Amino acid sequence: MQQFAASVIVTLRQNIADVQGKTIEDGLHSLGFMQIRNVRVGKFFHFSVQAASEEEARQIVEQACVKLLANPVIEDFSISLTPEEAEVSEL
Amino acid sequence: MKYGVVIFPGSNCDRDTLYAIEHVMGEAVVPLWHKDRTLPSDLDCVILPGGFSYGDYLRPGAIARFSPIMQEIKRFADRGGYVLGICNGFQILTEAQLLPGALLQNASLRFICRSVFLRVETVDSPFTAAATAGQVLRIPIAHADGRYYIDPDGLKALEDGDQILFRYATPDGEVTEAANPNGSLGNIAGIVNRRRNVCGMMPHPERAVEVLLGSEDGKVVFESLRFFVQQQEYRQWEPLASQN
Repeated sequence: MQQFAASVIVTLRQNIADVQGKTIEDGLHSLGFMQIRNVRVGKFFHFSVQAASEEEARQIVEQACVKLLANPVIEDFSISLTPEEAEVSEL
Repeated sequence: MKYGVVIFPGSNCDRDTLYAIEHVMGEAVVPLWHKDRTLPSDLDCVILPGGFSYGDYLRPGAIARFSPIMQEIKRFADRGGYVLGICNGFQILTEAQLLPGALLQNASLRFICRSVFLRVETVDSPFTAAATAGQVLRIPIAHADGRYYIDPDGLKALEDGDQILFRYATPDGEVTEAANPNGSLGNIAGIVNRRRNVCGMMPHPERAVEVLLGSEDGKVVFESLRFFVQQQEYRQWEPLASQN
């Protein structure tokens, strides 16, 4: 059994107006950051997953995203995994 | 008829709803606790009231969906029982996939609390049967996340199925962009499922049941349910009578 550090980013789907992102972009522009465009706001989750392989860990995290962390009707998610040392072996 | 009003941690319109049903509509009503694993057997309608269940953590309604009582409410809806989600209740019903679509943050990013006008789009539902088509209702909204969204296929299905009950409109009943308080797709304020027994609406009918408080237009939702339930009881009674 391996342990992975999972990072999940959930954002509104591209075709849905992100009014919060637009408001922040307007704020950045009024501060002079004219180079910045297409601001999207999202949620960030970080947690550990125990699984036999990275592939299995990814499947677990994907299921967690579809079932709870994201609402597939309105949100997309991206997952990144990195191997980490298990803190305490509980298994 | 008999109602049940679910209380989740963070519900804040449960008392108003209980009051409106018991004292204004004169119907039987019981409070239901989110940890309940059974529903009273004689309920006709379950209401999920407004508020901020579980602090709106993650997304409004996302955590309430896991409350023990929600399993029972799903079963109740599957049996054809009437379920009405108001405001946060609507958000919970979409998260629980009892209703299609989702509710996004208001386009203005602001919490909006004021009276709005709604046009009744169809009277072919247990929630609007006592209204007239095109009738304009004055009912308050109070929400930060009320921008209804559904994908184009879903919208078409709602329209084809006559599932849109209310749209935000002008006092004259015109559906315009200016009359849309939160950016909802197609000015949608309330919908019903395909089977027509589960309804979600962002406006608060329970806050518009007395002239003293500005409007009693919200009563029509509860009058519709009463009408429907009575009709159903009549239908059940009729075959027995004809046998005698």
